[in-house]
Amino acid sequence: MGGEPKSISPPIRVSPAALPPRRNLGDFVFKYLTMLFAIVVFSIVFLMAFEMYKGSQPSIGEFGWKFLTNTTWDPVQDSYGALPYIYGTVVSSLLALIIAVPLGLGVAVLLSELTPGWIETPMSFLVELLAGIPSIVYGLWGIFVLVPWLRASVEPFLAKSLGYLPFFKGAAYGFGMLAAGVILAIMILPIIVSISRDVLKSIPNSQREAALALGATKWESTKIVLSGARSGILGAALLGLGRALGETMAVTMVIGNRPDISASLFNPAYSMASVIANEFSEATSELYVSSLIEIALILFVVTIILNACARLIVWSVTRKFQTA
Amino acid sequence: MKSTGTKKYIWRKSKNVLMTSLSILSGVIVILPLILIFYYALAQGVSALNLDFFTKMPKPVGELGGGMANALVGTAILIGLGSLVGLPVGIFAGIYLAEYGDNPFGSSVRFLTDVQSGVPSIVIGVVAYILFVLPMKHFSALAGGAALGLLMIPTVTRTTEEMIRLVPHSYREASLALGVPRWKTTLRVILPTALKGITTGVLLAVARAAGETAPLLFTALGNRFWSTSIDQPIGSLTVFIYDYAKAPFEDWNRQAWAAAFVLIALIFILNVVFRIVTRNKYAER
Repeated sequence: MGGEPKSISPPIRVSPAALPPRRNLGDFVFKYLTMLFAIVVFSIVFLMAFEMYKGSQPSIGEFGWKFLTNTTWDPVQDSYGALPYIYGTVVSSLLALIIAVPLGLGVAVLLSELTPGWIETPMSFLVELLAGIPSIVYGLWGIFVLVPWLRASVEPFLAKSLGYLPFFKGAAYGFGMLAAGVILAIMILPIIVSISRDVLKSIPNSQREAALALGATKWESTKIVLSGARSGILGAALLGLGRALGETMAVTMVIGNRPDISASLFNPAYSMASVIANEFSEATSELYVSSLIEIALILFVVTIILNACARLIVWSVTRKFQTA
Repeated sequence: MKSTGTKKYIWRKSKNVLMTSLSILSGVIVILPLILIFYYALAQGVSALNLDFFTKMPKPVGELGGGMANALVGTAILIGLGSLVGLPVGIFAGIYLAEYGDNPFGSSVRFLTDVQSGVPSIVIGVVAYILFVLPMKHFSALAGGAALGLLMIPTVTRTTEEMIRLVPHSYREASLALGVPRWKTTLRVILPTALKGITTGVLLAVARAAGETAPLLFTALGNRFWSTSIDQPIGSLTVFIYDYAKAPFEDWNRQAWAAAFVLIALIFILNVVFRIVTRNKYAER
């Protein structure tokens, strides 16, 4: 082979900082391609908010703030007020929280403070599985197992023992606010358990050890851990609340679907998500559809705010102890 | 003096025992519904589950038997469409977060995916309705698929990111040290290592989407007849469960349980597989 001998460049000494940054076309393309998709993910929330805001304009223009306080929902007169639905959603979710938070906290304590690893892992797995069961299956179970049980045993018992309270009056239908609250409680337990367990676990062991070294019992040391994790537990409850507010199928199947506002938990009620599920595909007039979209928008805004607050709280708590 | 001390000690000890037992009790109460749901799905579902369920069409009202072949196909088409939308977006966004996401933009995307995963699925359905059903003027499988795709994105994004982050840093360093460009390192070294985790995690997200009902009610609507057109309403397992559960026919109720059993079994198996796969990954570190 002929040709000129290849010139060998003499070694040049430069500091790495003086070199131009290494550019690689593939790197450039890959980075910005993936970034494009990240931007898509980023913008979805805003797109959803915008579309629903646009879609609910007719209803917002027609009813304004009265939409939230009006109790008539009349497709014939084309007049809509969402109060019974808001009431049903709020009460059933609060009921769920009242049941689920103490239970969930108990399990979280069990998992993080009391049980050895060989129980904790399968137990955590079971709780995770509970979170994975589709809402519709909970609803199915609710219709055929929970509601008959409530009607036959629980509601008569409550009426007999606590019947003087306004919450436990009236006929035991089974389908109603109580059923919705119980099924929601079961459904939000997994998230409350897993988040509060994580928060409890993020509390440094030195705190437990210090308490135990001073002669505290296990429960007393747990109490100290719990007080340190207070805001994180609040975050877990808020996340659970967010889940409960938007839960649709299971609630629709057991709440009774009657837009009444009554103090008794035995009575049928209705929820915001349920009315969307039941009436959206049959909504005829523009105002009707737009009112349902406005309900969805309210749900969206409330759950976004709740979730954002909860995530920030949980995040700041777990982070505080990681860096400490 | 001593007796009060002992009393207090006994009081503290018994309080400890009491709280421990309460905690164990709550553990039992929480697991109970899970066992009950599994029990009923098994007891009611398996007896209704036969070959007809998978191969036959739904029978008209009043006739016994029949199956949900069209709903099974419908669910498959819907999650196929959903995956077409959700998986590329979620996986690429997840890669971005894991590889380049340690900046304010990455954190805000991460935060938004967390927040977005808390948005009720029915709201996602409403958005899909506005985006697809209103312009097209009729319900369609396409709209249902889009709703499921939107639903999948947050989970897929975060799972992909987490699985990539599980890959030991030394792999990346070894590849970069050999002069391989970063993108090639990601595609040829990191992704294959994380592939098992990503696949099962993504399958889990897909299975969850298959269990969704609310966003399908007014997008894919439901269909008792055979349809594979993505332009037309389409049946799905979950909407069938909903309709059959409300119906006053015992045979339909049984079929609802059978469909529920199929869904639970699917999710249970994927959950177990996911656990096993990710546990191996942790052990590697």
